Amino acid sequence: MNAQTTLPAIRRSVTVNVPVEKAFAVFTESFATWWPKHHVNPNGYEGAYIEPGVGGRWFERAPDGSECDWGRVLGWDPPHRVLLSWHLNGEYDYDPNPARASEVEVRFIAEGPTTTRVELVHSKLERAVGGARLGESVAGDTGWGWIMERYADLVDGRELAPLA
Amino acid sequence: MGTYQPNGIGPEAIGALGDPTRRLIFETLAAGPLAVGELAQRLPVSRPAVSQHLRALKEAGLVTDRAAGTRRIYQVDPSGVARLRAYLDQIWEDALAAFKQAAEADGDPADPITPSNTTEES
Repeated sequence: MNAQTTLPAIRRSVTVNVPVEKAFAVFTESFATWWPKHHVNPNGYEGAYIEPGVGGRWFERAPDGSECDWGRVLGWDPPHRVLLSWHLNGEYDYDPNPARASEVEVRFIAEGPTTTRVELVHSKLERAVGGARLGESVAGDTGWGWIMERYADLVDGRELAPLA
Repeated sequence: MGTYQPNGIGPEAIGALGDPTRRLIFETLAAGPLAVGELAQRLPVSRPAVSQHLRALKEAGLVTDRAAGTRRIYQVDPSGVARLRAYLDQIWEDALAAFKQAAEADGDPADPITPSNTTEES
């Protein structure tokens, strides 16, 4: 599938009154302390973790010790930026295929010695949605990207171009 | 405690698009709303078959319909795909609010909670 960016990325930002180093540390090393316990493992939730460094795992652990992967660390530039892949698809299942992973980029921008703006962009959502809906059978279909673009236009309320 | 729920994007939606004819109908509707008869004219599919596929697509939450005089107009349902995005957006809103609270809480984050062993099950 060759869908370009066809679903609008999720963009969120928050300003925290701590230095950029602390903001980065809390976001990554202390992920389990603040993540609101959204989880995929039916066995329950004990914590979710980001392993530091490129290639690190992003995963959750249940009280019984079983683990579910969410993604991987794709970029690691402390204390400025972390890029994560999100391998949970539209069915909230782990999909190991990187081509169907969406991406979460978090930037930490020092606005002052004790003020940091944290900008989060969750993009490439169409990969997860499209992958979940269509599966392997339509991989390589060049028509789907165009369709998803029109679909995204509809989602956003933009006017659709007439069908040629 | 939050748990991921399919919220309508689930196996039924995938199944609905697994059928090539149904996917063709969905693709055609993605280009713009059409009535059943118009779909049957454009596609190598009989009108009863079009109706049957539309019913499946509607049950899967992928298309919606509305009456227009004596005709029934079908269109892709933006809420199906939008639902996943909206759900993730909500998750990040919650998460960043919780992150701010944690970051600004008193105490030194030098003692972060990390898994005691990240490569093996505890």
